[in-house]
Amino acid sequence: MTADSTAGPDVVLFDYGSGNLRSAHRALERAGAKVTLTDDLDRAEGCEGLVLPGVGAFAACMKGIAESGVDRVVRERFGADRPVFGICVGHQVMFSSGTEHGVTVPGIGILPGSVDALRAPRLPHMGWNTVEPGGLDLFDGLGTGERYYFVHTYGAKGTLPDGARAAIARHGEDFIAAVEYGSLSSTQFHPEKSGDAGARLLANWIERL
Amino acid sequence: MSVAVRVIPCLDVDQGRVVKGVNFSGLVDAGDPVELARAYDHAGADELTFLDVTASSAGRETTFDVVRRCAEQVFIPLTVGGGVRTVDDVDRLLRAGADKVGVNTAAIARPEVIAEIADRFGNQVLVLSADVADRAETPSGWEVTTHGGRRRTGIDAIEWIERAADLGAGEILLNSIAGDGTKAGFDLPLIRSAREAVSVPVIASGGAGKAADFPPAVDAGADALLAASIFHFGEVSIGEVKSELSAAGHPVRTAVDG
Repeated sequence: MTADSTAGPDVVLFDYGSGNLRSAHRALERAGAKVTLTDDLDRAEGCEGLVLPGVGAFAACMKGIAESGVDRVVRERFGADRPVFGICVGHQVMFSSGTEHGVTVPGIGILPGSVDALRAPRLPHMGWNTVEPGGLDLFDGLGTGERYYFVHTYGAKGTLPDGARAAIARHGEDFIAAVEYGSLSSTQFHPEKSGDAGARLLANWIERL
Repeated sequence: MSVAVRVIPCLDVDQGRVVKGVNFSGLVDAGDPVELARAYDHAGADELTFLDVTASSAGRETTFDVVRRCAEQVFIPLTVGGGVRTVDDVDRLLRAGADKVGVNTAAIARPEVIAEIADRFGNQVLVLSADVADRAETPSGWEVTTHGGRRRTGIDAIEWIERAADLGAGEILLNSIAGDGTKAGFDLPLIRSAREAVSVPVIASGGAGKAADFPPAVDAGADALLAASIFHFGEVSIGEVKSELSAAGHPVRTAVDG
């Protein structure tokens, strides 16, 4: 694994109040990035790679994202082909909308499709699951038997646009576990909590910045 | 494929130090929870649980420091339980770097705290920890207790976990007081009853004595298996447990070479 780096690509881990970011910060560093945790929109615009985290409820995260203004930065970066990485709810908000407890909230909307409750006998979907890598660059060097740590009740479903690649996981039903679409990468699982497999995945993203 | 059965070692931590002795070779400081957490990560643990048994609030500050250091060095999920009473306690632990928080006595005293925590942080952070004792007089035959089984509550254990899940607990840690330390195997009837009562994940704890004890607990409905002393004393390794689970047809996450 790549040693800690203070000279790697300039990555901003955006802080809009979405819970603890200590692990994500350290995991990105361990994977070779020079990481800044900030809510500064200029830094979010100017960095080489922007990471949008998210823990908890879709509506609460979207509220924090909208109030911070980072939703606009994410759209602009996507339009300018500049890298963005969403994690967990940060992945979910890339879709058009999310529905929790009967309330539908618009997402950032780079991807079509909705995020709603998984139909599964056991929820939350909590633990280590496999994904079908779907040819995503994120999974370079990672075999199909690798497992990643998921903690969620809602999942993104739907048909992606031409040019988008999806990795699919299954818990009760299929859902979109990771996406690559233009300069956007995102994962429903937590790479920062997925041990060495997660570190490799983050390094795959960082090495392309 | 499906989600793997989780194998979770639990460390008792008092004022920043591991309380019960641990027999791990190659550790510089076997009393440091973070060093042990790293060792268990390398051994293939799927999650870690710290149980903070510190009595004084001043001593608890050291726990936050341990959680911080652990989150910076160990990249698998960490649950911290013990002495968690309020939403603010949860907030502080999550900010320090815990992924999930275990709540026990405080929820029995005031069940609404479950909903308060779940509303603020989502139900995925909240592990309802139930210390369950055998009682013929409760409807299910099990009673939830506090203080490691020493104090009775009169509350039926199965009704309690059902209520806790309804209030927003995202996971149930089911600890059999009768089984704890006996090494006679997990309490399978208890796991079956809990499984029927709730749809959230159930973590079984108490009674594991050998690797062969683990698969029957999964057959009974456990999603995850927690143990302390048998791992700490090197009687059974995480790898042996996973081999046993795998041989019984249960999906496991195999350790990846770092």
